[in-house]
Amino acid sequence: MTAPALSVRNISKTFGTIRAVNDVSFDVRTGEILGLIGPNGSGKSTLFNCILGQLPPDGGAVHVAGQQVSGSRACDLSKLGVGRTFQQLSVFPQMSVLDNVILAGQEHHGSMLSRLFGKPDAGLTADAEKMISFFRLEHLRDELAGSLSYGQQKLLDAAMAFMAGPGLVLLDEPAGGVNLTMLAHLKERLQTYNAEHGTTFVVIEHNMEFVMSLCSRIIVLAEGAIIAEGTPDEIRSNQQVIDAYLGG
Amino acid sequence: MTRLNKRPALLLFLLVLAILAPLGHGNYIIYVLTSWLIFSIAAMGLNLTLGYAGQISLAQASFMAIGAYTTAIMTLAGWHWLIAAPVGMVLCFLVGLVLGYPALRVKGHFLAFVTLAFNTLVFLVLRNEDWLTGGSYGLSSMPRPDFYLFKTLKQLPFYYFTLAVTVVAALVLWGIVRSPWGRAFKALRENPVRAESLGVDTRRITLLAFAIGSAYAGLAGALVSPLVQYIDPGSFGLSQSLRILLMVVVGGSGFFFGPFVGAAVVILLPEMLRFTAGYYLIIYSALVIVMLAYVPNGLIGIGTRLRERFWPQHRARGDLAKGAQLK
Repeated sequence: MTAPALSVRNISKTFGTIRAVNDVSFDVRTGEILGLIGPNGSGKSTLFNCILGQLPPDGGAVHVAGQQVSGSRACDLSKLGVGRTFQQLSVFPQMSVLDNVILAGQEHHGSMLSRLFGKPDAGLTADAEKMISFFRLEHLRDELAGSLSYGQQKLLDAAMAFMAGPGLVLLDEPAGGVNLTMLAHLKERLQTYNAEHGTTFVVIEHNMEFVMSLCSRIIVLAEGAIIAEGTPDEIRSNQQVIDAYLGG
Repeated sequence: MTRLNKRPALLLFLLVLAILAPLGHGNYIIYVLTSWLIFSIAAMGLNLTLGYAGQISLAQASFMAIGAYTTAIMTLAGWHWLIAAPVGMVLCFLVGLVLGYPALRVKGHFLAFVTLAFNTLVFLVLRNEDWLTGGSYGLSSMPRPDFYLFKTLKQLPFYYFTLAVTVVAALVLWGIVRSPWGRAFKALRENPVRAESLGVDTRRITLLAFAIGSAYAGLAGALVSPLVQYIDPGSFGLSQSLRILLMVVVGGSGFFFGPFVGAAVVILLPEMLRFTAGYYLIIYSALVIVMLAYVPNGLIGIGTRLRERFWPQHRARGDLAKGAQLK
């Protein structure tokens, strides 16, 4: 039996007297698209940051494809095949779209010295152009990333997360602030990438329509703990989830 | 002629200009031009640390001191400059690595104070360890490099020697900033958290930014030693670090040729204003204030701004091109 793409075991995180994440455990199967939802302040982003090594959890463990990664640095996780996007826009505004995407792949090729003495593009221009085309940004290839619209930067952010060919991608509110046309485009691209590469996704999202139509399974967090887990249809009709969202 | 063809032609023109510049001038002018080249090298290093990698440093002069004293001590002991200078650079690289460690913990103003403290520390070591450094009296009579067929004893040959070293240093830095390392330095400056999530080892790249920038200051120091043939701790104090910082900021932080322009303003402009007698420093200071107020991105960006103002090119973003054609 193969190990899950991501295994989270008994993660807890406290800030002062506030327990942001309370003994959370779940597994994500390889190739699955898992949604992580919950009202504001439910601990989703804190959990993400604990998984990705940007916050040290008080306790618990995280395994990626069977390998213990608790306490690993973000750059080491990236080299283990874990990609991520950020809630806030997170491109490099003074670099071109092409350079942003090349950067996202260059650290996964060759050694430190070969990157100094090798080709300026680390031999990645063709791959980067393919990834840019995949997200239909090819007409913006040479533009500064900072000059792109909000939605285009979200797409670029996703292109960067996928450039190194990760096995697991954690998407933090990919739909936040994106218009409906761009949103449909983003969802279609994520689904296509998942189908073509079998990449596992964990998606934090507030846009219910987006997350219900994208994910095959959903976990609901409230006050730092898991209150429900199931298919989108099961979650829609779960009274505990409705209460959590409506404050019942 | 395309932009790509223009750039090498412009560089060649500037190089020819640099070759012709000292001809027909006296020793003092040649000395000033040599100083400009040397400080351009120091500013190039700081431009990598600050302009490309976004790490503030107020210690560039102290690395010049390490390079200058190492070269002076070794050449006075009979070693050739070609051996002494690389030793000074390697020493600066290693000390730069160590100075980079605080940058992993503190940022911005706090990092500036850490580097400022380092500058003071180096000054005190140079002043107090007189058995090695000559203390407040400094070191003197350092020989200039002798390459048998090409001797740099006189001012003009030393200028050409410095120019050659500057060109090599610039080419090496050009290679670094165009390589994936350069992209990682810029990523560190723009968004270190995102860079780390993409696999960039931001700790290592921060240390390298300090170390390489410091090695360039070491090279500048290795050239100062035979140029002036007298060095003392006062030559490498905080004010000198601030001058190098001014060169980077005035020239254009993060622009490859910014340090050359900035060093020209800081080194050459006061000399050009000497005809105003006692007012030259006042005029110079006022000009620097005006420059910083009106061109905060540095003088290197003036050409672009003038072109945009007087000869604007209506270029639309890729996805807006059709819309732009509708005008």
